[in-house]
Amino acid sequence: MLERFNQSAKRKIHSFQEFLVLGTKAIRFAFSRPFYRGDLIQQMESIGVQSLAIVLLTGFFTGMVLALQSSVQLKTFGATMYIGRLVAASMIRELGPVLAGLMVAGRVGSGIAAQLGSMRVTEQIDALNTLGTDPIRKLVTPRVLAALFMLPVLTVINDFAGILGGNVIATAYVGIPTSLYWSTVWEQIASGGFVFKYIPNDFVHGLVKPFVFGGIISLVACHFGLKTTGGTEGVGIATTRTVVTASISILVVDYFITQLLLAFLPHG
Amino acid sequence: MADKPDEPVEPVEPVEPVDGAPSEGEDRRSERPEAEWGGRGDPLRRTDDHRRVREQIRKEIDESRSTTEHRASESREKAAETIVALEDVYLSFEQPILEDISLAALEGETIVVAGESGTGKSTILKLLLRLLTPDRGQVYIDGEEITGLSFPDALKVRQKMGMVFQGAALFDSMTVYENIAYPLREHTELTEDEIEHRVREKLSFVDLDPDRVMEMMPSELSGGMRKRVGIARGMANNAKIMLYDEPTSGLDPLTTATITHLIIKLQRELGVTSVVVTHDIRSAFRMASRIAVLADRRIAFVGTPEEMSGSDDKYIRDFLGGY
Repeated sequence: MLERFNQSAKRKIHSFQEFLVLGTKAIRFAFSRPFYRGDLIQQMESIGVQSLAIVLLTGFFTGMVLALQSSVQLKTFGATMYIGRLVAASMIRELGPVLAGLMVAGRVGSGIAAQLGSMRVTEQIDALNTLGTDPIRKLVTPRVLAALFMLPVLTVINDFAGILGGNVIATAYVGIPTSLYWSTVWEQIASGGFVFKYIPNDFVHGLVKPFVFGGIISLVACHFGLKTTGGTEGVGIATTRTVVTASISILVVDYFITQLLLAFLPHG
Repeated sequence: MADKPDEPVEPVEPVEPVDGAPSEGEDRRSERPEAEWGGRGDPLRRTDDHRRVREQIRKEIDESRSTTEHRASESREKAAETIVALEDVYLSFEQPILEDISLAALEGETIVVAGESGTGKSTILKLLLRLLTPDRGQVYIDGEEITGLSFPDALKVRQKMGMVFQGAALFDSMTVYENIAYPLREHTELTEDEIEHRVREKLSFVDLDPDRVMEMMPSELSGGMRKRVGIARGMANNAKIMLYDEPTSGLDPLTTATITHLIIKLQRELGVTSVVVTHDIRSAFRMASRIAVLADRRIAFVGTPEEMSGSDDKYIRDFLGGY
């Protein structure tokens, strides 16, 4: 029993070590030739543009639900005019990055793991190696860079869609004028304070997180994809592991980043 | 080499599957009452089939003896230089995989590595490509010892070699053209026109019509076509060494003959050194300058096809008899 636990722990530590090596290499290759610009653009399209619809929909409806729920609570205090503040704070600081991260982990992470897993089991990764190409440089670096860049962009879009969704409910259901709604949104953003005088703290919170989440999703997906064994069944396992690991990691890392950001960029 | 006349395409002999249909004009089922036909499990039929296959192999060996003798001596005369070598190689993961493996291929030779499944044949190719490094021993490619090379240097050595994978391993997101052009775009300064010329040349070499297949995706190709495109991609960089992992597995007899012929053609016309891993002994006898048989993690036999067929070693005789 103990022996089995030891073996399992060793395997997990070894796997984590491989994950760190993969991450280090992927980032290092971003600064040395050859660059695969075509692959990078293709991945940005695949990770960013193709995730737009899902992120817009998620953000919009989350904002609507937030506004709807908060309107019920705030009505008892006669404070429904603060719906905009509540929706903005929730979306920009927390829900925007986390929701975008989870959506991308499901859509893109699984796709990357399945693609690289299939390439592994059909010997295409070995073929790249034998053709004198480093698979990490060709396959992992473009995906990681694309995710690092595109997830913050998707998060901003998600935030905006959420606030817009809140606006629809606030105006149509609660009866708050649009101008008042947006002015309370801006109040909330300004109340968080500014970094370097002009960048709202909330934006820093909201953009650091998706940057980290982008790295986590892409690296976890590439790690499990490249380690795939056991044919098509293995591809399925790699895909599931990617989605589960990336989603849990996003939620756990979110807590620590929030703690860190609150320590360094105190609210107000 | 280029000054040799083109070898005519070898006629494809009618092949009798061991447990399948009889060959044309030899329908043995008609000679026996239906009750005796049995199926795959009929011991009488199995013995009969095995005997027929053994006879067939003997016949092929006799027919190819003069050709292979000539081919082997020709290779040795022409190329005294060892281009691929494994010396005292040991490899283990959780348990030993290969022990005391020494094998060398002279320039222009075709070495076939045969053996039962799971004996580490494909592992030898991975060692040659330095996808794996041995626990002990040396691996030489074109005179360079590669076990101590860094990963980037290993990538450079791999450019001297072309590898044909069991499932062809074509990049399924790229067209046939892009697959063959890939190593050229990666490692040469050729213009797009020159690349297209090279791709057309290689496709023609493997008997595929460039105009028809260049824009096709790998998923649109048959198994044999995929293998041929795999060979074309392997030789795109004019590799001196070609490695084949089970090049004829899963192919019908006609396509098997075509692929075997292509490997011979590469050796004869371009002087390419080939290391072929296969358990298809018929193809092995047709293409090999020498055959190495792996058994129990070691090399049990190395010799010409004639030496193999004349071997008194019980394992070798059983190994041949098993086909």
